[in-house]
Amino acid sequence: MEHINTSRRSFIKAGSLTGVGLMIGLNTFAREKNPKKISHIDPKSAVLDLEINPFIIISTDGSIALINPRPDMGQGSTQAAPSLIAEELEVSLDKVKLIQSGGQEKYGSQQSGGSSTVRGLWTSLRKAGAAAKEMLIETAAKRWNASVADCYAKDGKIYLKNSDKSFTYGELVDDASKLQVPKNPKLKDPKDFRILGKYNKRLDVPDRVTGKAVYGIDIDVPGMVYACIQHSPSIHGKVVSIDDSETLKVKGVLQVIKTKRPMPHRAAEAVAVIATNWWAALKGRKALKVTWDNGDLAKTMTTDNYFAATYEAAKKEGIRYEEKGDFNAKFANAKQKLEANYETPFLAHAPIEPECAVVHVKDDGTAEVWAHVQGPDGGLADVSRALGISKDKIKFNVPLLGGSFGRKAYHDYLNETCLLAKELKKPVKMIWTREDDITQGPYRPGMLSHMQGFVDKGKITGFHHHAIGESIVGQVFGGLAPDESDPWLSGEISTENSKYEFPVSKISWTNVKTEIPIVWWRSVYASNFGWGQECFIDELAQLAGKDPLQARLDLVQDARYRKVLETVAEKANWKEKLGAGQGKGIAVFASFGSISACCITVSKDGAGVKIDKVVSVLDCGYYVNPDHVKAQTEGNIVMGITAAIKGGITFTNGVCDQTNFHQYNVMRLNEAPKMEIHIIDSGENPGGVGEPGLPPIAPALGNAIFAATGKRIRKLPFDITNLG
Amino acid sequence: MAIFNLTVNGKKTKVDVEPDMPLLWVVRDFVGLKGTKFGCGMAQCGACTVHVNGEATRSCQIPVSSLPKNAKVTTIEGIGETQLHAVQQAWIEEQVPQCGYCQSGQIMSAVALLKSNPTPTDADIDSYMSGNLCRCGTYDRIRKGIHRAAASLKAENAGTGK
Repeated sequence: MEHINTSRRSFIKAGSLTGVGLMIGLNTFAREKNPKKISHIDPKSAVLDLEINPFIIISTDGSIALINPRPDMGQGSTQAAPSLIAEELEVSLDKVKLIQSGGQEKYGSQQSGGSSTVRGLWTSLRKAGAAAKEMLIETAAKRWNASVADCYAKDGKIYLKNSDKSFTYGELVDDASKLQVPKNPKLKDPKDFRILGKYNKRLDVPDRVTGKAVYGIDIDVPGMVYACIQHSPSIHGKVVSIDDSETLKVKGVLQVIKTKRPMPHRAAEAVAVIATNWWAALKGRKALKVTWDNGDLAKTMTTDNYFAATYEAAKKEGIRYEEKGDFNAKFANAKQKLEANYETPFLAHAPIEPECAVVHVKDDGTAEVWAHVQGPDGGLADVSRALGISKDKIKFNVPLLGGSFGRKAYHDYLNETCLLAKELKKPVKMIWTREDDITQGPYRPGMLSHMQGFVDKGKITGFHHHAIGESIVGQVFGGLAPDESDPWLSGEISTENSKYEFPVSKISWTNVKTEIPIVWWRSVYASNFGWGQECFIDELAQLAGKDPLQARLDLVQDARYRKVLETVAEKANWKEKLGAGQGKGIAVFASFGSISACCITVSKDGAGVKIDKVVSVLDCGYYVNPDHVKAQTEGNIVMGITAAIKGGITFTNGVCDQTNFHQYNVMRLNEAPKMEIHIIDSGENPGGVGEPGLPPIAPALGNAIFAATGKRIRKLPFDITNLG
Repeated sequence: MAIFNLTVNGKKTKVDVEPDMPLLWVVRDFVGLKGTKFGCGMAQCGACTVHVNGEATRSCQIPVSSLPKNAKVTTIEGIGETQLHAVQQAWIEEQVPQCGYCQSGQIMSAVALLKSNPTPTDADIDSYMSGNLCRCGTYDRIRKGIHRAAASLKAENAGTGK
C-alpha cells in the first residue's frame, strides 16, 4: 500500500490529463544559473538570490496547486510556501494544494536548510502568484471588453467593478495560459496583506494529530523487503569476518550482505540483514557476529584527545580571519585583560523519527525512491550516483520528516539503502535504530572558543575570538585549505555579523581534525560559538564594571541590534530588583539573516539553579505567520537549553559512550521552563526563523547563573542541579 | 510464527507473526496502522504509546504474545474516528505539532491522563507526560493543550449530565 494522499494523487492525474491549464514558473522565474531568464527580475526586490522556480498549476476546474520546493521537517514550509502564493493570487490557503518537489533541476534549490525557506521564497513565490493573477485579470477584462483597471481578483474569482459579473479562475485559465507571462507583476503593499504576517492555523495539523500524516518511516511498497544494517562500532572499522549462522536461523531473515555506508567524504563498511519484516531484520542483526579491524580508531576517535588538541591549539596563534588594529600588541600591553576558553560538546540531532528510506530499482532500468530528506535536489543527485542511474530515470518522493535539525540533509542512510536496492532488485525499506542514530553520527562538532579581551575606562576595547575545532566545510566537502580559516565564520562570529564595534579586535581559526563524522546541526557553528562570544562579553563587562546590557549597547550602533537588546531588556524587566539567589543573564546573536536576544532568569536551588523564565526576542524581518515564528522559537529555547545542560556525545577508545535516550538525555516536558516570545515587526527583508533563536540561549543561561551564584561556567554541558 | 487474534480500535483482526514481535511492529506492519511511531525501541521516548485496555502502554516493549487475553488495543487512529477527541481538537486549537512525529504518542498519553485525572494541574501534567519526548520542543503547547482539552471535556460532560 502506498501512502499517498488520494485527493492529491487524483488531482495530479486530473491536471496532467486535462492539459493542466495555467502553469507558471518554469521559464518565468528562473534562477540565476539560467542568466537569460533572470533579466526581468529586479535584483533590489529579490531576497538573497532567487533560489527557486515556483511552479503553479491552475486547472480548469479551478483547483490550484503549487510545487512546494522545501520539504517540511516541522518548520512549517507546507504552510509558508502556499501562503506566499495565495496572498498574491487572492485565494484562500485552503484553495491551494501542495505537491512536494522531487529534486528536478527545474525547481531550483530545494534544500530546507540555513533557515532559508521563507527568506528564499519571499519574492519569487509572490511574483509567481502576482503574475498569474495579472494574466487572469487581463483575460477577464478582454471578455468583458473592460479595462484591466476595472477588474480585480478576490477569493478565486475575477470581478468587474460596479457590476455583478465575475469569472472563476478555472473559467479563465485556458485563455489566460496563452498570454505572455508578465515580467514584473505588481506585488501587494504589505499593508494590504490578508495572509502574510497574520495568524493562521496550519492546514496540515489535523493530519498530524490523527496519525494520517505520512512520514518517511510510513512508506510501504508492494513486494518490499526490510533491512537493518550493522555499522562498525568505531564507524570506520573494516570487516574482517562475518558469522551469520545464528542470523540465518532467525525466522523471516532472507540474507546477509556485506555492504557500505557512503558518507559524503568516505565510505564505511557495514553488514546488512535483509528480512521479510523489520523486526526480524533487527533480531537477525543482534545475532550477527562481525569481527572488525579498527586500526588506530581507538586512539583517533576519542573526544578527550580531540579536546586536548583544541586546548593545545588555543595556546598558539590561529589563522587570521579578520583583524582590526594590532590585537596581540594591544593585548600584551593592556592593564585590565582577560583570557578564557569556552567548550561546547559534540551533539547528535536525534530527531524522534530515525533515519530511513525506501528504494526500488526496477527491471526497466528506472528507480523510485521515498526518502525524508531536507533537500530532494541533493538527494536525487546522491541516489543517481549511488545507483548509477541518470536523474531523469529516478522518481524521488519526499514524505514528511519526523524532525531533522540538519541530520536528514546528510544522505549516508539513503546511499546505503540504494546500494542494497541495486543488489536486491526489489523495493528495500531500511530503518536505522535509535542506537544507529546516536552512535554513528554525523554530529555537531565539539568546538573550543579561545577568548581574549581587554577593557579601558569602563569600556570593552579589545576582543579576540579564536574558533578551534573540526571544520564542516573541510570534513564534509573537503573544501578547506590548510592555510584557510573556515569561511562559515562570516555568518557566525565575524564582526560584520555580530555588529560589535570594538576599537581592536581579531577573529581567528584553527582546524583540529577528527575522524568522528560531523555535520551542521540546528544553527550550525552559531550554536557553538555563541556560547564563547556572549559569555565572554559578560566577563569583560564585569571586568569593566558595566551592566552586561549596557556593555553591549556601548558596542553596537546598529539600530536593529539595539532595538532587539532594548526589547528583551524591557520584556524581561532587566532592571527589576531580584530576590537573593536570583539572577538574570542576557545574550544576543545574529544568524541566518535574523537577530535574536534572550534573557533568562534563574534562582538558586540546592547545589544548582532552576530556570524561572526564558524571554526570547526575534527580529526576523517580514514573516509569514507569527505563530510559526513563536513555535520555532519555543523549539529553539528547548533545544538550546538541552544543548547546554543535557549530555553531549563523547567517544572513548573509538566508541560512542551514549547509545539511546537513556544516556543521550534530551529535555523532557517536566523540565521545560516558562517561556515568552516577542517578535519585532521591523518590516525588513525576511530573515531566518528556524535557527536564529537558538544561539543566545546557552550563553543567556550561563550569564544568569553567574549573576545568581558568582559561578562562571565555561564548559558545556553542565549539570544545572549541581554546579559544583 | 503463530496466529494472534487482536482487537484493535474495536475491530477484530488476525496476525501471523513471531510471538516476540513487539505490538508496535504488529500494529504498524501487520495491521497496517502507521500512526503509532517508532522512536527508540526501549520505552524512553513514548512515540509508540497506545492504549491496552485503556492504559497508556509503550507498544515497543510489549511482545504480542504477552498481551492480556481479549485485550483491547487502541491507537491514535481509534480515538477520534467519528469525531475528533477533545485532545486532538485542543492540539489543533493550540497548534501543538511542529513535525508532529511524536504527537501520536503525546496525544495517547494525554488522553489516558485525562481519563484518570480530568482536571490535572501543571505538576500533574509534568509528571505524567515526562515519558514522551518531543525534539521540536512543543512542551509548552502540550501543557496548554491538555488544560484546554480538560476544560472542553468538563463542559461536554456538564452538558450531557455526566
